[in-house]
Order: sequence, then C-alpha cells, then structure tokens
Amino acid sequence: MKTIQELEEIRKKTLDTINVRKDRSGTRIVVGMATCGIAAGARPVLLSIMDEVKKHDLADVVVAQTGCIGMCRLEPIVEVYKPGEDKVTYVKVNPSKAVRIVNEHIMKGKVVDEYTIGAGDK
Amino acid sequence: MKDLSLHILDLSQNSVSAGATLVKITINEDKASDKMTICIEDNGKGMDRDFLERVMDPFVTTRTSRKVGLGIPLMLAACKRCEGNLVIESEKDIGTKLTGTFRQSHIDRAPVGDMAETMLTLILTGSDGGRNIDFVYRHIIDNREFCLDTREIRNALGSGVAIEEPEVLMWVKDYINEGLANLRGGV
Repeated sequence: MKTIQELEEIRKKTLDTINVRKDRSGTRIVVGMATCGIAAGARPVLLSIMDEVKKHDLADVVVAQTGCIGMCRLEPIVEVYKPGEDKVTYVKVNPSKAVRIVNEHIMKGKVVDEYTIGAGDK
Repeated sequence: MKDLSLHILDLSQNSVSAGATLVKITINEDKASDKMTICIEDNGKGMDRDFLERVMDPFVTTRTSRKVGLGIPLMLAACKRCEGNLVIESEKDIGTKLTGTFRQSHIDRAPVGDMAETMLTLILTGSDGGRNIDFVYRHIIDNREFCLDTREIRNALGSGVAIEEPEVLMWVKDYINEGLANLRGGV
C-alpha cells in the first residue's frame, strides 16, 4: 500500500539528481491540450513523451502543454522547439509515434518527416 | 470524449485558465440512489452573470483560435443522455462550481476512465510556467472514500523537490490506481 511517507524517500533520492534538470534553455516539447486535443487522444501522448524523456534521462528537455493550436482536425499536435532550429509541428500523433519522435528527433536530431504537418496534410 | 476522466481533464483546465490556485474534483458514485455526481470547484476568477447565462452555448468561448468552445456542451450532452444534468454556479472573483449528474446505471453513461492519467496531466498543467496550482481529488463510492490532495504531497516533499518530478508523478499514479482499486473492493 502506497503511503505519503514514501514521498520522503523519493525526496531524498531525487534531491541529488535534480540540479541537472534545472536548466531550462534546452528543447521544448509542447502538446496541444484543449478540448480538441484531449478528445483526439492527447493525454496518453503527453504522458508517453514524459515517460520516454524520463526513461532516457534527458536533462535539458521540457515537456509542456498548450491550448488549442488552431488545427483541431489534425490533433493530437506536438510541437518541438529546439534552440537555434525552426519549430517542427507533428500532427495526428499517438503514443507510439510520440516515442519515435523523442528517440529520433529529440535524441538524434533527425526530424521524423512522415509525421510532420507537411506530410500529414497530403 | 471516450470517458468521464477526459471530460474532467478538459473542464478542470478551464479552472486553470481562470487563474485558480485550488481545484477540487469530486466523483461520487452511489448505488443506492443510482446516481453519479461529478463536481469541479475552483477559486478562479469566476464568470459574470451575463457570461454564465451563455456559457452552455457551443458558440461561446474564451479561446481566440476559433469561435466554438465544446468543453461544456460536450459534458452537458453526456449528462443529459444519462437522465442527468449539468449545473454551473459562478461568482465573479470568487470561483466556479460545476456539477454534472448521471444515472449511474444508464447504458449511455461512459466509464470513469483513467483518473490517474487525468490527475498527472493536471498536475503537469498546474506547474507549468512557475504556477503552483493545487488539486484535491476525492472519489466516493457508496460512502467509501479515496482522497488525493496535492497540498499534502507538496508538504511531504518540502521545498527541494517539485511535485512534477517524474519520480513523484509515478508515485502519484500508483497511489491513485491503488486507492481506486481498494475503493472498488478488489485487489
């Protein structure tokens, strides 16, 4: 049974690693989470991105949410902002596509062209 | 929306946009009266009478990207088709309270869905951009109760560790899933 007391252990354990992640100048991954996004399945997308970022301990990546991006029929939409590069917009994302985006784009710097808005609209 | 937890996520984000610092979510399932109630209460900026009267209208929204807002109308439709209703009370500068009711056993009542995912997402939303929005999630089934209060979690963590740390979120997820499993009487 989970208890609040366990948080004390988590606190001690996390305190050591936390300073690494304070840096907020890195990559931003933004998920559209308005009514349209949520209805289309943005919630599991957001959480699978979080999981993947945690799994690989990506220190300089921030996962954030935003409202309606304006293209509701293409939701779930994920935008990736890398410093010094153009924004990349991924459309109709699902959890497994999200994992690939993190693995290839965020970690290796290779944009997953087939999931981007340019490809998705054809 | 596939399930009720998605409605709850969507509507709670209205509270977040309204500048709330505390959002209370209560789900009450009562077999004896065959009723289910979902209540979302916040201390955000509230709505004036004029906006409150129009807020159920799908063509009323605060977002700027589009002229329709479907969060509330979708919830209203979900309640109505289960012999329930949606009532919104709001007072300017005090807050808003939204109460949706359903006949619990109604064939069209969507399942509750994954409340752990909804709460994790809300905690993430609530800590975006340096804000610290607290959430209280109470789930009552036939007088048995589960409660998650992010203020307690913040207290236990102290100032060093943020609630949106992945380790903490994983704990929250397990805590909710375990609590709800107990509530439903199965392990």
